Amino acid sequence: MAEHTIKAFDDEIDRLRGLIAEMGGRAEAAIENAMLALQRQDLALAAEVVQGDKRIDAIEAEVEKLVIEVIALRAPMANDLRDVIAALKIVSVIERIGDYAKNIAKRVPLIATNRQLLEPMSLLPSMGQVAAEMVHDVLNAYAARDPDLAQAVVERDAVVDDFYNSVFRTLVTFMVENPKTISECAHLLFVAKHIERIGDHATNVAEMVYYAATGQTMPERERGGTDVQAEI
Amino acid sequence: MTQDQINLAIANPKMSARDVNVFYGEKQAIKRVSIDVDMDNVTAFIGPSGCGKSTFLRTLNRMNDTVASARVEGEITLDGEDIYASSMDVVQLRARVGMVFQKPNPFPKSIYENIAYGPRIHGLAASKADMDVVVEKSLRRAGLWEEVKDRLHDSGTALSGGQQQRLCIGRAIAVEPEVILMDEPCSALDPIATAKIEELIHELRGRYAIVIVTHNMQQAARVSQRTAFFHLGELVEYGVTSDIFTNPRQERTKDYITGRYG
Repeated sequence: MAEHTIKAFDDEIDRLRGLIAEMGGRAEAAIENAMLALQRQDLALAAEVVQGDKRIDAIEAEVEKLVIEVIALRAPMANDLRDVIAALKIVSVIERIGDYAKNIAKRVPLIATNRQLLEPMSLLPSMGQVAAEMVHDVLNAYAARDPDLAQAVVERDAVVDDFYNSVFRTLVTFMVENPKTISECAHLLFVAKHIERIGDHATNVAEMVYYAATGQTMPERERGGTDVQAEI
Repeated sequence: MTQDQINLAIANPKMSARDVNVFYGEKQAIKRVSIDVDMDNVTAFIGPSGCGKSTFLRTLNRMNDTVASARVEGEITLDGEDIYASSMDVVQLRARVGMVFQKPNPFPKSIYENIAYGPRIHGLAASKADMDVVVEKSLRRAGLWEEVKDRLHDSGTALSGGQQQRLCIGRAIAVEPEVILMDEPCSALDPIATAKIEELIHELRGRYAIVIVTHNMQQAARVSQRTAFFHLGELVEYGVTSDIFTNPRQERTKDYITGRYG
């Protein structure tokens, strides 16, 4: 894209985009590390994720401040305006994604090592990976202003929803059969729900990326799944 | 590029231009511009210096007639009537299509006389009492009455710049125009005086078709509902103002309004 006549404006936009890239990268790592901590019962790593969320929150505040400054001082128009508004909305969503990762990490100490639990937990790592990849790809779509890549991310949300439904059913069955694990399984249910929400949030970001890049709202996708649990 | 990609369909145009070319001697300043202007919306013409927006504005009430080297081709109509037809009375046309200029230019006469001059030569007031009514009404519509009602016989040139510009708008209004053309009406004014003119434009909307040329894109965004972007004598894009400023269709429009013009 051509440069602005006022170079400082370009610098501010670059800084904004850099901050969002950093924030998104940290959120993605937080998801991966939280899931890793859960699998390995790594309390130190879990604590690190919780601690790391502070930086994500701080970047959100920094972006908000910068966006307000840019709007006030530069009066951005057209794609620039869409860009900064999208930035403002995207950071609030990434902040939520960071919170979900933190929440998963906080549950790690509450889900005690229990050989029995390996079975219902088996799907969670793959589910977490898909969600983390969605976050990763949507940030690439943002960096490249790529509406097609953004659309591809949205389509992948169905995979996360399907995972959630499977995990939900598996856990319910497992709880019925193993009532002693109900407390831990309830936490795992929350973990699954958090990952499912991360997928939804990545979808929201993708829609904003699409809008910022094209000026159009993303065409409504076909809702293939009829399973109600994904909607809850 | 087809016309409908860059142009706006307007159902009941007050003024219409079709394939208008303007030449200053050999130089072509306006290239095949077709555009409609309607009654209910304020239309802003924007574009960089030398893009032809002011030249084009001046074709709408034949101000270019006063420039010896200027030549206008194409058709411009007011309510369907060709304003360049030989039967068109130019003085009458300029009463119907009034103009406000960049620099406030009140006559060196009293405030009252500045307003009364036009109605008098056009025979719009039969008596002194009639004229008093016209003057008050015009000054009220121009948002100036309260500020000047006690000193109507002071000189118009003694007013502040912003007041002078509102006096000029009042003077244009006094002859009951249908269209008001404004050529950068706020470029000589401070932000408060500018805001007052912008508020006035908002109040006059609907009563007159208003076309404003402005260098200030924020002003176009604030006062208009339709925006036309001119570049190198061409009409690049004409659309709903909110679309032009959030999602312009043409690359050149985007580069200009985002400050990437190069």
